[in-house]
Amino acid sequence: MNEKLLVNPIECEGHGACAELLPELITLDEWGYPIVDPRPIGPGMERHARKAVSACPTLALRLLRG
Amino acid sequence: MTAVTSQEFSDPASWVPGAGELPRLLPPAGAGKQAQDLMTHLARYGRLPYRERTGTLINDLEAAGLTGRGGAAFPVHRKLAAVLAAADRRRKIPTVIANGAESEPASDKDATLLWLAPHLVLDGLQLAAEAVGAQTAILYTHADREHDVGKRLQQALRERHAVGADRVPVQLALAPPRFLAGQETALVSHLAGGPAIPTFTPPRITERGLAGAPTLVQNVETLAHLALIARRGPGWFRAVGTRHEPGSMLATVRRADGRPRITEVPLGMPLRDLLGDPQPESAVLIGGYHGTWLPAARAAALTLENRSLEPAGARVGAGIVISLPADRCGLVETANAVRYLALESAGQCGPCLNGLPRMASAFAELAGGRPRPQTRADLERWAGLVTGRGACHHPDGTARFVRSALVTFAAEADRHERGRCSATSARPFLPIPTSSARTAEDWT
Repeated sequence: MNEKLLVNPIECEGHGACAELLPELITLDEWGYPIVDPRPIGPGMERHARKAVSACPTLALRLLRG
Repeated sequence: MTAVTSQEFSDPASWVPGAGELPRLLPPAGAGKQAQDLMTHLARYGRLPYRERTGTLINDLEAAGLTGRGGAAFPVHRKLAAVLAAADRRRKIPTVIANGAESEPASDKDATLLWLAPHLVLDGLQLAAEAVGAQTAILYTHADREHDVGKRLQQALRERHAVGADRVPVQLALAPPRFLAGQETALVSHLAGGPAIPTFTPPRITERGLAGAPTLVQNVETLAHLALIARRGPGWFRAVGTRHEPGSMLATVRRADGRPRITEVPLGMPLRDLLGDPQPESAVLIGGYHGTWLPAARAAALTLENRSLEPAGARVGAGIVISLPADRCGLVETANAVRYLALESAGQCGPCLNGLPRMASAFAELAGGRPRPQTRADLERWAGLVTGRGACHHPDGTARFVRSALVTFAAEADRHERGRCSATSARPFLPIPTSSARTAEDWT
């Protein structure tokens, strides 16, 4: 599948839900904005990634097919 | 008007491959600083060579190796080909935009070109429109700081209309006086009636830009080169410059007197020839406020081409080369520019909104008396945190500028930590626009 996470930095308001649900791939910077692992999502993580995407209150997080 | 010089270097034939003559775009030496009217323009360059079909010019541009002169140096033929392909695939008529919204405060080459040789830019706009099959063209410029360039361009368009030179109607559009107004997605947003602030891509504007149409945006100098390649061919274009980075470019050069000189130089020109012998303990800024500080002695060993500059961490960009006088403090100068950059953030993306003001404030501390030892580490960390995390490259460019200053002025920063400063003049050197107030109206 080779999916990747992509955050739209204009839409993102730093709610932090993504980092809470997916700490393996997303950490927060010192201002609360997500730092997303740019590599393709590893096997077994897709379900968690999808959850993080749907939990974003501003729909700023997306999954892109590599 | 700034000084216009064509060949300040001593013996170009000794290192320029081929026998190309300069200037190509600017009026020849001795022609004065008067704008070229259509008759003068046609006498010098000949008629506008329409190709009578889309696409053929693109092959010539590829053979010429022309790259964008707005700063990114993207191959021009690839952009045109992308717009043409998107137009075919999506059955949409594309739009062509000449970008003269030169926003780097230290650059004056596009304003100078538009003032002195408007017809070359307008020729390029027509030919680019023909090459991609566009039926509308827009020329987007700042109000010139010294001249009424809008009036000059209207006059040029009237001259062309009178002889039927143009096939595609050209609209003039004014950019707000903001640093980001010339950024491609900001430009498209503004021309669509919105604020001149960047939007998040994808899709690329070559695919879906103004009013959803495939959109070609080219810097005005790029279009001027294009107009000459269409007339004289790729071989002529490559007669100056280097094999990998052919052609000439306009540069804005400031030496110790601070006066900007617009000069047309071959790619690959030694920086020593542009700036003179390096002053010890001095520094050179290459590429403007998104660019890179280098120690003067290091810069003097480089040439004006990305193959030479990139290993040193710099890029040709839009051709801004500034020699900082040895009596000024590079930290103070950088702090002024970083403050300006932070105020010019559109404030849309969290890392830029939070990181740039902090960097500006920390740099002000570094420039003032007795900064804390922690300040430089903070700047490094924030530069890392903002890079690659905005919708546009404003945070990346600001971080590059800040990091290069920390390296180039490291000894000066040590002095500041001990409460000293080596500068003997406090007069600001880098040009910083005064109106950096941030209100909603400023963007429209």
